[in-house]
Amino acid sequence: MTTATPPMSPPLRPTLRQRAFSERTVRTLKRRRIVSGLMLAVLIGAAVLAVLPLIFIFGHLLTLGVSSLSWDFFTKMPKPVGETGGGLANAIVGTLILIGLASAVGLPVGVGAGLYLAERKGAKLANGVRFLSDVLNGLPSIVMGIFAWQFLVRPVGHFSALAGGVALGAMMIPMVARTTEEMVGIVPVSLREAALALGYSRWRTSLSVVLRTASAGIVTGALVAIARIAGETAPLLFTAFGNQFWSTSLKQPISALPLQVFSYAISPYDAWHSLAWAGALVLIALIFIISLVARFATRARFATGGGD
Amino acid sequence: MATERSNLQDDVSLMTRHAATIEAPPRMRVGSLDAYFGSVHAVKGVDMQIRDRQVTAIIGPSGCGKSTFLRCLNRMHETVPTARVEGEVELDGRDIYARGVNAIAVRKHIGMVFQRPTPFPTMSIRDNVAAGLRVIDGAKWSRAETDQIVERALTRAVLWNEVKDRLSTSAIGLSGGQQQRLCIARALATEPTVLLLDEPTASLDPISTQAVEELVYELRSDMTIVIVTHNMQQAARVSDSTAFFLNGELVEMSDTSAIFTTPRDDRTEAYITGRFG
Repeated sequence: MTTATPPMSPPLRPTLRQRAFSERTVRTLKRRRIVSGLMLAVLIGAAVLAVLPLIFIFGHLLTLGVSSLSWDFFTKMPKPVGETGGGLANAIVGTLILIGLASAVGLPVGVGAGLYLAERKGAKLANGVRFLSDVLNGLPSIVMGIFAWQFLVRPVGHFSALAGGVALGAMMIPMVARTTEEMVGIVPVSLREAALALGYSRWRTSLSVVLRTASAGIVTGALVAIARIAGETAPLLFTAFGNQFWSTSLKQPISALPLQVFSYAISPYDAWHSLAWAGALVLIALIFIISLVARFATRARFATGGGD
Repeated sequence: MATERSNLQDDVSLMTRHAATIEAPPRMRVGSLDAYFGSVHAVKGVDMQIRDRQVTAIIGPSGCGKSTFLRCLNRMHETVPTARVEGEVELDGRDIYARGVNAIAVRKHIGMVFQRPTPFPTMSIRDNVAAGLRVIDGAKWSRAETDQIVERALTRAVLWNEVKDRLSTSAIGLSGGQQQRLCIARALATEPTVLLLDEPTASLDPISTQAVEELVYELRSDMTIVIVTHNMQQAARVSDSTAFFLNGELVEMSDTSAIFTTPRDDRTEAYITGRFG
């Protein structure tokens, strides 16, 4: 078989100068490749290290907790010491109730505050609120619990789910407010103007165009905030307190997964220890699921401009 | 340069047949209008009459205040922080800057289309067109009526045939040119008396530009249009009268055919012959 070789242009002889130049280029190129490879390796190492704890925790919880997971775990009440079996149904329901309460407090206030911060960017009040909300975000969660205890437990005389929900909701406010502010901030001014030019009033523009356009991002932020407060224990110690019995009353102490995990983990009984592992596993799975949903919601994030 | 001039004149010759319609009562009257951004004086003492059922083009180099002027006509200028307007703008004899006149109400009568297409990304094509209807006071349309209005607006914007089978899909899926025509349809749905176009073809390809220009040409039969454009050929193609702005001042305004053939001001002549800008 013969292959026709295409006509080639005669090879150009590089001048001495060109040759020196190209040798130098090759040398530095080699060095740059090595440095680049090293840096990449370091960065990949850091990235892997960053997620390693989560992988270990998840693996550990799986090996220790999965054996106690059963249908009973989700449907049965805790059993007294000595009896085998039993579950954490009350704690799971309690956590869901607390999340609902916290969202009822944290979402409207947080979204409203965030919208205000974005719409009145330079205002003095806005700057003050933004700063304080950052401080609030960094506030130790136990302090939030003490605060809720002072105002919602002490005057009433007993612990309650409501106090726990408010404490968690107050923690959500700054997180939701800042995400809302960011998401509203990236809605293009041109969209706002388009609505105003149609005769929309300011508040209507904010609500039905700006907030709606930012909603996917705000939902994501809200879910991330929920995922964070779902596992909080400290603010619940003086508020929701925990409950060994079935209770869905907002005025009564209520059980929560983190509280239950805490009290089982410090107990001296092996059976309770394994329930604590399982509880921790369920809690982390819950957060994992919420984060996944949040990620999915982000996927549907709006795109502007578009076009051909 | 000489050829450019003659091209322009070719375009202009097409326009002369509209010259007969030029004597119409003014729809809008602008009196000693000044507009500011903080301490920047963007529009300086402009007087203008905008004739009914005609296309008025505003041309001028970048930063000459033509967009700012346009945004004063529907009180959009004041939505920018630190922006300020002085002087008067009359729509059908009523000063829209008079005390007690609501800017939001003004904007319902004077529609606007911007340089970049601005469809609402969370809304379907249908809802985008109907968006302005929802804020008309005291009016409620049934679904069927809304559908009719949407169809009419899209038909007038020459978009109906392209989108009629996907009215409930997102407006983001349309091409740039289609998005711009959608925005025009959205402005038309509420039947404004005046339509302001702020460089509506600046971000479009030539084919879409032609579609929008033809549309503007058609629309002038039943509404008053003011179009800001960078493109002098465009002004010559679509407009009945043309105003030339420079450094915030209205240098010259007259019939389009006159301004491109026999400009009175040297600066106008310099600009339209391409000596600057």
